[in-house]
Amino acid sequence: MIKAILSRLLQAVLVALLVGLLTFAMAWLLPGDVAYRIAAGRYGYDLVDTAAAAKVAAELNLDQSALTGLGWWFFDLIRLDLGASLITGAPVIEAIGRHLGHTLKLSIAAILLSLLIGPPLGILAGLHPGGWLDRSLMLVSTALRALPQFVVGLGLIIIFGLTLKLLPTAGHDHGSHLILPALTLALSLAAVSNRVARDAMVAVSRAPYYAFGRTKGLSEWQVFSRHGLRNVAVPIVTYLGIQFVSLVEGVVVVETLFAWPGIGHALVHAIFGRDVPMIQGAALVMGLMFVALNALVDTLCHLIDPRRRAA
Amino acid sequence: MLNKLIAVSVALLLLGPFPAHAAGGDVVDIVAPFEITGLDPAKSGDIFQRMGIVETLVGADKDGNPLPALAKAWTVSEDGRTWRFALQPDVKFHDGSRLTADAVAKALEIARGKPGLLSKAPIEAIAADGPDAVVVALAKPFVPLLAFLAESRAQILAPAAYEGLNVKAIIGSGPFKLTTLEAPQSLSVERYGDYWGARPEIQKARYLSVGRAETRALMAESGDADYVFNLDPASRTRLAKNDAVNLLSVSIPRSVLLKVNAGHEFLKDVRAREALSLAIDREGLAVAILRYPAAATQLFPPSLAIWHDRNLAPLSYDVDQAKAKLAELGWTPGADGILERDGKRFALTLTTYPDRPELPLIAAVLQDMLKEAGIDLTINSTNSSEIPAKHQDGSLELALMARNFALVPDPIGTMLTDYGPQGGDWGAMNWSNPEFERALDDLTRTADPAAGEALRRKAVEAVQADLPVIPIAWYQQTVAVSPKLEGATIDPFERSFGLETMRWPK
Repeated sequence: MIKAILSRLLQAVLVALLVGLLTFAMAWLLPGDVAYRIAAGRYGYDLVDTAAAAKVAAELNLDQSALTGLGWWFFDLIRLDLGASLITGAPVIEAIGRHLGHTLKLSIAAILLSLLIGPPLGILAGLHPGGWLDRSLMLVSTALRALPQFVVGLGLIIIFGLTLKLLPTAGHDHGSHLILPALTLALSLAAVSNRVARDAMVAVSRAPYYAFGRTKGLSEWQVFSRHGLRNVAVPIVTYLGIQFVSLVEGVVVVETLFAWPGIGHALVHAIFGRDVPMIQGAALVMGLMFVALNALVDTLCHLIDPRRRAA
Repeated sequence: MLNKLIAVSVALLLLGPFPAHAAGGDVVDIVAPFEITGLDPAKSGDIFQRMGIVETLVGADKDGNPLPALAKAWTVSEDGRTWRFALQPDVKFHDGSRLTADAVAKALEIARGKPGLLSKAPIEAIAADGPDAVVVALAKPFVPLLAFLAESRAQILAPAAYEGLNVKAIIGSGPFKLTTLEAPQSLSVERYGDYWGARPEIQKARYLSVGRAETRALMAESGDADYVFNLDPASRTRLAKNDAVNLLSVSIPRSVLLKVNAGHEFLKDVRAREALSLAIDREGLAVAILRYPAAATQLFPPSLAIWHDRNLAPLSYDVDQAKAKLAELGWTPGADGILERDGKRFALTLTTYPDRPELPLIAAVLQDMLKEAGIDLTINSTNSSEIPAKHQDGSLELALMARNFALVPDPIGTMLTDYGPQGGDWGAMNWSNPEFERALDDLTRTADPAAGEALRRKAVEAVQADLPVIPIAWYQQTVAVSPKLEGATIDPFERSFGLETMRWPK
């Protein structure tokens, strides 16, 4: 266990280094003049001109070499200082803290919702492979996974916002604003997790111990709850870890569509504005979040599966 | 267990949405694409101005004529170099402090030290003259000063709003007071009880920045937003058929222009620029992409009455004439139909940006149209800042851009920065016309309307003849308004969302 935690910590440090290096390199390699881009981000394209760009360059000391800039960033990172946004001038850590809260709210809601939709349906389908539920779920899952989240989100807005008038379309003022973006993310997560659950259920129900449970006279429900559920849970939870990748990717699209002020949204705007500290900060936080979530998944699997504890 | 899970998930999906639409109420929800990037007037001052939080010394009517605002009247000295602004009495900032001449002078001096139009005016000093008047001393007569003072970056904030040269809080004097600010996305205001002017009927309003045009349109359609600014052409067509939304449209002083490097070896002859202009079917383009008849026949739209010249011969479309002009210049069609001269293909790069989603589309149509005339365009859709950057290093060939001529209510300010002797980042490049320059220079000194009109006509004619930029289309601003909201307006100069005239029916 301690070894696992240590290896995750090492992973976190490596992620931080890599993210810092990559985002920095990419931001500098983007075409165009840095000072002009930052000026455009600050003042808007109607007002950006040479004078504004010159002022930005002087203020931010943009003449220093890329390497010096990177060196300073790492130095600041060690002191846990992410610097200040080039666009707003506010400390990056403050902005990220604010955005991260919104993103966490959205992500947690999406994961919970996807767990409520995906695995139960998948398990039901797996209990009767080839049945009508299994086949229709296959169709719906394939369709949902094939559609970009952008389209799924628009579809949900049109159904729940415009036609049924049940939910607000976009914004972040009150709880109900959370539902549609979370559902958009949840549906595409559930589209995969119900398949994983279904396959796991099929495998488990064909296992000799499952057949033995039945032969010794347990009811379907007893054999499922005693021998099925725990075994099915391991691949589902493990797969959750992999799904976080698509969650991180989905957050960027969904937040922009629903005007949700999260970290994905902030990252997109930072990239447009060449706001290097903000890009680095946001990418760093997203990378570390990924490591932390995977560590959480490991711990969960550990708790679910006693065989791992012995090993 | 399993059944319970399913029951809970279904319940969550169906019962969750109850608080929806509870927000509405008396709050006016305004949605626009602009993000709040900071407190400084140079960054998001326009949003604070549009929401009625801050005010300027001078205002503007819908034709762009100056109106009294925080200054109730002004006089100019005989030599045109000293302007004296008398302030409105009894104006209180939102922190309760009085508007004094010192506060105004301080705010304007700070604004002048930052990049912006005010820094380009020939101002020598801005100082208080007694408690109720501010004097602006100029190095030379400069009539556009009034328009410059009406711009959002020249907003007057309370002394307590500044910390050194930085703005740390928005303490304005407008009819609405800022209550919450969640940059970059939203802010809320409520009516300011001690406002010096007419009391607005609306008590509370909220601003939300929504970047995606589709989302904005859907928010208007679903009733989540009461005033939605800036609709894309496709959504506008759809919303026009919807009774749940009213659309307001106004032609605004923003034009789609093709910026031309007039020093480029292919383009330095005016006939080449004329050929480019003749090869463009503006009407077809405007109807297909902007979806309203807005083909530009000259630089300024008719809504900008004082600058639009009704008698000017319009820019027209005639591919054959374009080809003839290019043939005159020695260009002959090559094997693939692209013109060649001295072994060089007539190939150019067009730089544009996707911040306005219609620009890359227009660029693609231009690419097709110019190909017809034998010109090969490569489109580079990139960050908007590439245009000024490439203008400066001289590598720009063509640029497609949307230029707002009325950053200040009188476009003279923009004309001076864009078409001055050295050209401008968002205007002419390697072009000069002494007569045009003289006309513009005279305009900054002429207060006489008739003389001004003659000079403006001369300036517009010069641009039309020399084509340092090729006008393509004029913009229309469209706003979707909830039918429940009365008195909503749309400001062609984009200075206000019109909160102060809106009301909910009793």
